[in-house]
Amino acid sequence: MGLNIKSASVVFPAAEGRPPVEALRGIDLAIAEGDFVVALGASGCGKSTLLNLIAGFLAPSSGEILLDGRPVTGPGADRSVVFQKHALLPWLNVIENVAFGLKMQGVAEAKRLAIAEDFVKLLGLDGFQKSPVYRLSGGMQQRVGIARALTCDPKVLLMDEPLGALDALTREKAQELILRIWNDTGKSVFFITHSVEEALFMGTKLIVMSPRPGRISHRFDLPFSRRVLAGEPARQIKASPEFIRLREEVLGIIFADEEEAA
Amino acid sequence: MIETVKHSTSVAEKARINPRSGVFAWFARGRPTKPGETYGVPGQGDTMWLSVVSILFLLFVWWAITALGLVKPLFVPSPQAILAKFVDVWQNGFTNTSFLEHVAVSTARVFGAFLLACAVGIPLGLAMGMSPVMRGLFDPPIEFYRPIPPLAYLPLMIIWFGIGETSKVLLIFLSVFAPVALGARAGVRSAAIEQIHAAYSFGASRWQVMRHVILPSALPEILTAMRVGVGFGWTTLVAAEMVAATKGLGYMVLSASQFLQTPTVIMGIIVIAAIAYAFDLLMRWIEAKVIPWKGKM
Repeated sequence: MGLNIKSASVVFPAAEGRPPVEALRGIDLAIAEGDFVVALGASGCGKSTLLNLIAGFLAPSSGEILLDGRPVTGPGADRSVVFQKHALLPWLNVIENVAFGLKMQGVAEAKRLAIAEDFVKLLGLDGFQKSPVYRLSGGMQQRVGIARALTCDPKVLLMDEPLGALDALTREKAQELILRIWNDTGKSVFFITHSVEEALFMGTKLIVMSPRPGRISHRFDLPFSRRVLAGEPARQIKASPEFIRLREEVLGIIFADEEEAA
Repeated sequence: MIETVKHSTSVAEKARINPRSGVFAWFARGRPTKPGETYGVPGQGDTMWLSVVSILFLLFVWWAITALGLVKPLFVPSPQAILAKFVDVWQNGFTNTSFLEHVAVSTARVFGAFLLACAVGIPLGLAMGMSPVMRGLFDPPIEFYRPIPPLAYLPLMIIWFGIGETSKVLLIFLSVFAPVALGARAGVRSAAIEQIHAAYSFGASRWQVMRHVILPSALPEILTAMRVGVGFGWTTLVAAEMVAATKGLGYMVLSASQFLQTPTVIMGIIVIAAIAYAFDLLMRWIEAKVIPWKGKM
């Protein structure tokens, strides 16, 4: 059960004199229920392509993607996406944005607003239900985006650099918030980030991807998010020797990829 | 040696005091903002008073030229003469039709054509933006007729649709239709791909994405296109009322010009401009109400 990607490849066809691009080659990945899988890698390694594949925006050139044993044929509410930015609807207020997915699924207004209300509170947005989203800070907008994806009750939550546009302090707080919500809801998460520290801190599994062709080059199992949820302070974990040792190891892999490209 | 040093100091001194001279340099200089403003926002600032000054200045120049007798009243009548003519036409009408009826007839033609153009042009433009089939079919005819001046196809309109109301409204309709349809078509591109992808990932159908994401995103462009379009409508009004019209502001201006009644011509022009401007203010007010989020995300 859960999400299974079996030797998926994506080749973008040649265009305008450029040769075909092999964006992903032979991706094997299983995201079990409750997994928090983080994808990390140099630019152009195919992280976002992989997310598009899972979301159903893109069909694999070969291989298959199965969700609970059934092939993924297109986007659907069982795999809702949180983007880095630009994804909220400015003509709707906070609660309407959060309830938007349920509206698309035909849930009656009273019911969808009640569900949205719960997630607004869960994400700490109480009191802002009627606020226009364009007046919110970046961090609050991102929480609206997460609440909105959660109301759809997805099997897998797909997050494409959701914290990339936030300032460092807000980002650290948002990391813990996402971890707590992940723990409370028991969702599977596929999470893309550019920050090695964020990746190590949040994931239960880490895949490091390498470019040309995009592939999974290293896999790690991570203990740190469980320790945060058990009550250990976040800064203490991020400053611990085992965290720093792993961070340097992963950084070394990514820098080697970048240098190879340059 | 000492001379050279002295010389170069004085050049540097000059440069420090006046690095660039001239009005343009003064105008283009960077100025720090006042609290509450953002540095470097293009065109920032209130223009209300400057607009009032600009209008008053133009009126003054106009009045001064006529009062000094520099130009014959036949060519440029005085502002007072225009005002007197306005009062006269308001009270006595023009060619046996009351002033308000002229206004009503023209307004009905322009807004009738405008509403018709919006009703057809906006859905068609959206469809062209959404569907390559619709774009392929309708892009050539619209782009072909769009640059043709309405005066050029006015004779055809009259030959085909007679000298009645149909040809007049149709002529104005055609001038409004193209900008409105093209605006709606361009508006389809306004939605961010993230907004569209997010909606799909929440289980939205293609139709729902169009209705709930693409259409609202396109509203700012559509409203701008409507403002541009109604302007074209007023521009075409005089042409539409050239042939076989007995009422309307365009007719009033044209027939007055044939009798060299310059005050009536200018008065008519000002009335047309005032109505168009009032409608534009209304549209801006609607924009502020309907799309307060414009440009904010």
